Amino acid sequence: MNDRNAANDDLASPWVGWGLFLPAAAFLAVFTYYPALATLYHSFFSNEKAGRPARFVGLDNYAAMIDDPIFWQALKNNGWFALGTIPASIALAIVMALLVNRALPGRALVRMSYFAPTILAMVAVANIWLFIFAPQIGLMNQIVGALGGMPHNWLGQPDTALASVTAVAIWKEAGFFMIFYLAALQNMPANLAEAAAIEGASRWYYFWKVTFPLLMPTTLFVLVNAVVNAFRMVDHIIIMTKGGPDNATMLLLYYVYETGFKYWDTTYAAAMSMVLLVILAVVAVGQFVILDRRTHYR
Amino acid sequence: MTVAHDSRAQRALETVAAWLLAVLWALPLLYAAWAAFHDSGDSARFDLAAPLTWKNFVYVWGAAPFPTYFLNTFLLVTLIIVVQFTLSTLAGYAFARFRFPGRDLMFVLVLLQLMIMPDVLIVENYRTLNAMGLIDTIVAIGMPYFGSAFGIFLMRQTFKAIPRELDDAARIEGAGSLLTLWKVYVPLAKPVYLAYGLVSVSYHWNNFLWPLIVTNSVSSRPLTVGLQIFSSGDQGIDWSIITAATLLSAGPLLVAFLLFQRQFVQSFLRAGIR
Repeated sequence: MNDRNAANDDLASPWVGWGLFLPAAAFLAVFTYYPALATLYHSFFSNEKAGRPARFVGLDNYAAMIDDPIFWQALKNNGWFALGTIPASIALAIVMALLVNRALPGRALVRMSYFAPTILAMVAVANIWLFIFAPQIGLMNQIVGALGGMPHNWLGQPDTALASVTAVAIWKEAGFFMIFYLAALQNMPANLAEAAAIEGASRWYYFWKVTFPLLMPTTLFVLVNAVVNAFRMVDHIIIMTKGGPDNATMLLLYYVYETGFKYWDTTYAAAMSMVLLVILAVVAVGQFVILDRRTHYR
Repeated sequence: MTVAHDSRAQRALETVAAWLLAVLWALPLLYAAWAAFHDSGDSARFDLAAPLTWKNFVYVWGAAPFPTYFLNTFLLVTLIIVVQFTLSTLAGYAFARFRFPGRDLMFVLVLLQLMIMPDVLIVENYRTLNAMGLIDTIVAIGMPYFGSAFGIFLMRQTFKAIPRELDDAARIEGAGSLLTLWKVYVPLAKPVYLAYGLVSVSYHWNNFLWPLIVTNSVSSRPLTVGLQIFSSGDQGIDWSIITAATLLSAGPLLVAFLLFQRQFVQSFLRAGIR
């Protein structure tokens, strides 16, 4: 690292430095740091009601949260949603990257097909999948019917609704993660593969012993993205299920949205937002710790 | 990964697998396109003889204020990109080339926004914009995204890699900091601006939750919100109409993607590898 040397060359002009940073800093302060702190602050207050100002209620909102079965359901669903989307989309991304990282007739078309869902808005994706899951005429039930199965109300039944919205998220994300793996594979030294071939290593063995470990930094990067996405992706819930049926697809951020902007219980929404912020903070800290531990790789 | 002892059969198998997955992955979009270009009666019947039609798109264009939604989205992404470019360039330059008190702490604070995104601060940001009297404006949709940690970081990395000699040369000729930035750094960072621009435009073209919260009239609603209102509206569930509206709203970005596929993929990559 010659960062330190470079730093010594940096222009030591506090006014210009701050002056250049100030415009961006102002927006970051007003729309990121202030609201993060204000969320914490307001979570200790009651809601303003007609004529009655907000008053300090201590931990009441948090106590209400602990007693709220829907909050726990949302947390649990979010956990399942994360567990459902993260490993599946990462595994698929690796498979896709391996499949298109070689001579293949129509490779551009194949890659485009994998990547296209990334370009679409989640709103558009949700509309398309709403049609696919439609009870009578949806593609899903047509396929099931053709295979001799019974049609099913995928989004309308609590036992399949969460799995269905999870599938949508996987479809949307896998191609996005694929491009990072593709880049990593293309930067991989070719002589490794040649050496392995001479040694007679099987492809399976080669993948697990060589390729996969070398992809670790990419996997870490993708993993952090995937975790963050699992807790902020709610557009498809708004369109497809509104958290239903019977809260089966209620996710944390969607519950915050509903509480804050449908019931206007903003202080309770603030308390639940704190849970989200803590989860994201844990991911951030975890990322730093892991990055710290693996610095010897670089 | 091309291992030399790949057998022919193995290669063929992988090609088939790649294509099967590609077909499976394209199926939802193809299905939507099928419905959008057919009468609603034919929307879920796969009869190749069924006549193709434009009328769903024509209907959609007239049935909801889509021209206004398109304009709003266009104004929104333009506004965001102009402000983001400006602020990130200035701040990135500050972090790349200036020493100022508190710089390292400030940089960590900036990076924090990569995790604590405006998406999870909706309640308080609504409060703020309400206090500013900006609810239901295009500016309000964009404002939480003006200061972009991602942009600042990207520009800092880019500017740091530019040889200092170029900077010095400009200064010897008497150029001040801002002029140096404009004459030396900005032109050299063009590919990065393209990458950042594509990522930012596709993000905000597609953004939904925050615009949904902060807008409540046709005059400020972007496409995503307009599409949702149209699709969940009272025209009944006519999938041909809904898929036509969906493809219409995604159209410009999809076409841009088809035309600039390579740039898109590289932009997302460049933006992601930090």
